[in-house]
Amino acid sequence: LPGVRASVAGGVTMEKPTRYEDVTSYNNFYEFGTDKADPAKNAHTLKTRPWTVAVEGEVRKPKVYDLDELLKLSPQEERIYRMRCVEGWSMVIPWVGWSLSELIKRVEPTGNAKYVEFVSLADPKTMPFVGSRVLDWPYVEGLRMDEAMHPLTLLTFGLYGEVLPNQNGAPVRLNVPWKYGFKNAKSIVRIRFVEKEPRTAWNKAAMQEYGFYSNVNPTVDHPRWSQATERRIGEDGLFSKKRPTLMFNGYEAQVGSLYAGMDLKKFY
Amino acid sequence: MQPLLLHPAAKALLFALCLLPFARLFHGAWAETLGPNPAEALIRGTGDWALRGLCLALAVTPLRQWTGLVALARWRRMLGLFAFFYALLHFLAYAWLDKGLDPADILRDIAKRPFILVGSLALLLMLPLAATSVDRAIRALGARRWKQLHRAVYAVALLGLLHFFWMRSAKNNLGEVAVYAAILALLLGWRLLDAWRRHRAACSKP
Repeated sequence: LPGVRASVAGGVTMEKPTRYEDVTSYNNFYEFGTDKADPAKNAHTLKTRPWTVAVEGEVRKPKVYDLDELLKLSPQEERIYRMRCVEGWSMVIPWVGWSLSELIKRVEPTGNAKYVEFVSLADPKTMPFVGSRVLDWPYVEGLRMDEAMHPLTLLTFGLYGEVLPNQNGAPVRLNVPWKYGFKNAKSIVRIRFVEKEPRTAWNKAAMQEYGFYSNVNPTVDHPRWSQATERRIGEDGLFSKKRPTLMFNGYEAQVGSLYAGMDLKKFY
Repeated sequence: MQPLLLHPAAKALLFALCLLPFARLFHGAWAETLGPNPAEALIRGTGDWALRGLCLALAVTPLRQWTGLVALARWRRMLGLFAFFYALLHFLAYAWLDKGLDPADILRDIAKRPFILVGSLALLLMLPLAATSVDRAIRALGARRWKQLHRAVYAVALLGLLHFFWMRSAKNNLGEVAVYAAILALLLGWRLLDAWRRHRAACSKP
């Protein structure tokens, strides 16, 4: 899946990308198990074709898109993003996709569309852990409209120039690089435009721990651990000090204005 | 069975078995085969074995009574010490790999996070038990007092379980926690039942 190099500001970090083997073997994808090695082991059962994504809700042109149609909807770009997991580790990943705003413009949201909800596939036949009590399935994530329209918000179809491996959320997933990794819904089947803030999967599971915004923020700790530092997978040595986490994961220049005047301790 | 357990090689074999998880983790760290996040693998691996060691040490007495294999009692001390060894490694791995051996940072973490506090408490409680595990200490304390002191291991096990529960509940991932909880409930429940039976027997004596 070739992509042209992105020209969006902040779209290509110069940091060293994390090894392909690490990116594809250390994943949180609870539909396939809670251990980070589970998705690579179990996700081969996922059927990524045929695949459709229903785009619906407060839009003038709702439509069920076929995957092939989505792949060609806009030129594929390579974006090299930092990815910061809420658990305190990070990677640098060369994704392939296009700005979600391209799709949003085409379906013409109405004035009532204040938020976008992303729903992942929840198929107990191919996803062995759907039905476990860990989360309320299907996995739901959400963004505010202006966040969804931001050019850095990437609808993603590939990584390292290849089609997404199943364990990385094939065939289509989200990447919002200034938020914690769990905001990036995987294996998306529905994109819904709504008026009210969606109840997201992790927010429902533990509201005081995972807020709707979940912007990377070194000054707001998770109740169980500090978010001030992180370990870069495959790069930081076993005994080297963890690196400091940057505000908005280092994308403050691009996205800081979205949150001007907001109390980020309250809207964590 | 009994002579087999009493064989000098049996104890050495158990010692080697207890050292095996450590050897595997150490080799994995050195050969870089612990996966993409070796620090996490070391911290979690040593913690897992501390909890398993506690369960094994606590299983000795019920097993001895159940099977009548008195020779099992000789293993209790070693299993308990190995639980302490892995708990100590667990703390060291956390302090070194996660906190860069910064005492101020570690203390701040303990004060701020209940699950770290509970884990540290369990380790602190294990210190006097490990220190009084030699024969000389038993003689110096007297069997009765020594026994009383070592009942603290029940608190250590419960604190360890709570520590594990709080850590896992961040991700709602409680399957394994339930397994340990069931094992400890069985081991501690058996003791309660045993104490109650003894108490009744003592009362009904003429």
